[in-house]
Formats: sequence, structure tokens, C-alpha cells
Amino acid sequence: MFELKGRKALVTGATGGIGGAIARALHARGAEVALSGTRREALEKLAGELGERVHVVPANLADTAEVEALVPAAEQALGGLDILVNNAGITRDNLFMRMKDEEWDAVIAVNLTSAFRLSRAAVKGMMRRRFGRIVGIGSIVGATGNPGQGNYAAAKAGLVGMTKALAAEVASRSITVNCVAPGFIETPMTDALNDKQRESILGNVPAGRLGTGEEVAAAVVYLASDEAAYVTGQTLHVNGGMAMF
Amino acid sequence: MSDIAERVKKIVVEHLGVDAEKVTDSANFIDDLGADSLDTVELVMAFEEEFSVEIPDDAAETIVTVGDAIKFLEKNVAA
Repeated sequence: MFELKGRKALVTGATGGIGGAIARALHARGAEVALSGTRREALEKLAGELGERVHVVPANLADTAEVEALVPAAEQALGGLDILVNNAGITRDNLFMRMKDEEWDAVIAVNLTSAFRLSRAAVKGMMRRRFGRIVGIGSIVGATGNPGQGNYAAAKAGLVGMTKALAAEVASRSITVNCVAPGFIETPMTDALNDKQRESILGNVPAGRLGTGEEVAAAVVYLASDEAAYVTGQTLHVNGGMAMF
Repeated sequence: MSDIAERVKKIVVEHLGVDAEKVTDSANFIDDLGADSLDTVELVMAFEEEFSVEIPDDAAETIVTVGDAIKFLEKNVAA
């Protein structure tokens, strides 16, 4: 079950805590993986750890030209593209009334618009090959909101709506489009929280702990697998019960 | 029938799974041949591949019949 042997995958934001775990998990199931991110050195390091069946395709998703060039580069390196994981994301938190246009625009551009452009580029080849898996990494915040994250919550909720629209369009071509929405996950981002913040967050998590990148990655592996062929337009929440839908 | 017309009709027959007799120059992909909007996008992709030509979105939108496709390709494909 959940074999990905022979599948070709592109993961954006592969140097992050969750993105790295996703790349490792897809690779471990047998996929050939193209790692994307802004830091070439960190990508090379991860590629070195994974060994075979790995390519490095750096891109800054804040730059439109680099976004447009990424899928063709990955398709060339991999010889096709079966699985696209739109994982890259940034935060520019600020109270709503203080939020600058630039903070809003930057988060929408990287977290939502790049996912649109990459999906548009990838789906063309997937239609031709009559197989595809697009997985967007959303966030619990896209469903519940969060103070200080108006831009981030909008982008993540937008990803869910986009996922449903695209899923409806391409379902007849054996292409599925889904989201995975993590809750609080152990990453460098959550490491920065102090004990008091941690405690207050955990008070809202029935599982009583933060999640791991591997637990998010397992959800991505599932949605990317042949077994998930009949699951499309969905958001799979991985949040220890923090919010239930 | 020109070589281009023949190749276009072959692609349409294969892609839409319709009888060759139905694929006349005046046949409308959606109204006469049962294509949906996604099929028309795929047909354009198939024409691009077959004839090694790029069909821009604004041109693709004007291709609604088999004859439209043949005319566009005859004009834009190097003989």
C-alpha cells in the first residue's frame, strides 16, 4: 500500500521542517523527488542525505519568473511530473489594523499565487499522462482564523477553495487535488515559542502534544498514492484534534 | 483532403471517440461532437504536439469547429 515507486514528485519549500519531512517520506516510498526552495546549500545537503533519485531545483517563489520556470525545470530533471506538493509558505504576521500592504501582498504571492501558477503549469502534463496528484499544504489557521495572521489565514483558506475548483475540473482525467492542513507541528517556527506560549497552545490540543513533520508527511504520502484515487477536493486535517470539522 | 486536415480529423476521432463521418469541417466540437470544455483544451494540446506549433490562448478560443482548427493550422504550420 501507498507505494510511490516510479512516481515523480516536486516539493516546494523542501528545506523547511514540514517540507523536508514530506520530501523524505515521498522518497522513502520510492518516488523520484525534485527539491525546491530558496537556499541551494540546504537543498543540496538534503539531496546528499537522500542519495539516489533526487534533484535540486532552487526557486524563489516571490519571483514570478522563477515560479514560471520551476515546473518546466522539474519536469526536465525528473522526466515528467506526477506529484506536485505546494508546501512553500511564509508568514508576515501583524495585527490587522497595522498590516502593511507589502505584508499582505508578500504572503498572498508566495502562499497562494505561486501555488496557482505551479498547479496550472503542472496540470497540463498530468492531463496528457492521465494521472496526477496535487497536494497543497494548508493550515488549521485557514479554517479557524488566528489573530495577527489575516494575510496567512486568507492565503490558506484561498488554497482550499482553489483546490476544490481545480479538483472538480480535472477529476475526470484521474488527477486529484487535495490539501493537508497541519495544526501545531514541531518545526523551527514552533521551537521559537516560549514555555508559556507552548503551554497555552497545548491546552487546546486534545492529543496533548505538538505534531511532527513526519505525521504531516504521512498524510501527503496517502493523498499522493494510487490508493487515494477517489479522494479529491478534500482537506485532511492533521492537528491532534485541535479543531474538528 | 489536405494532409493537415486528415491529421486533425484523426486526432479528433481518437480523442473524442466519435465516428469519422461525423467529423466534418463544420462540426462544432462541443455542440456536434459532444466535447466538454476540458476536451477542447486537450484537443488544442494534441494539435500543438502533433504539429509542433504553439496555439496561443486567444487563438485557441476561436477554434470551435473542426474547420477552424484546420484553417488555423494550415496558416500557421510550416509546410
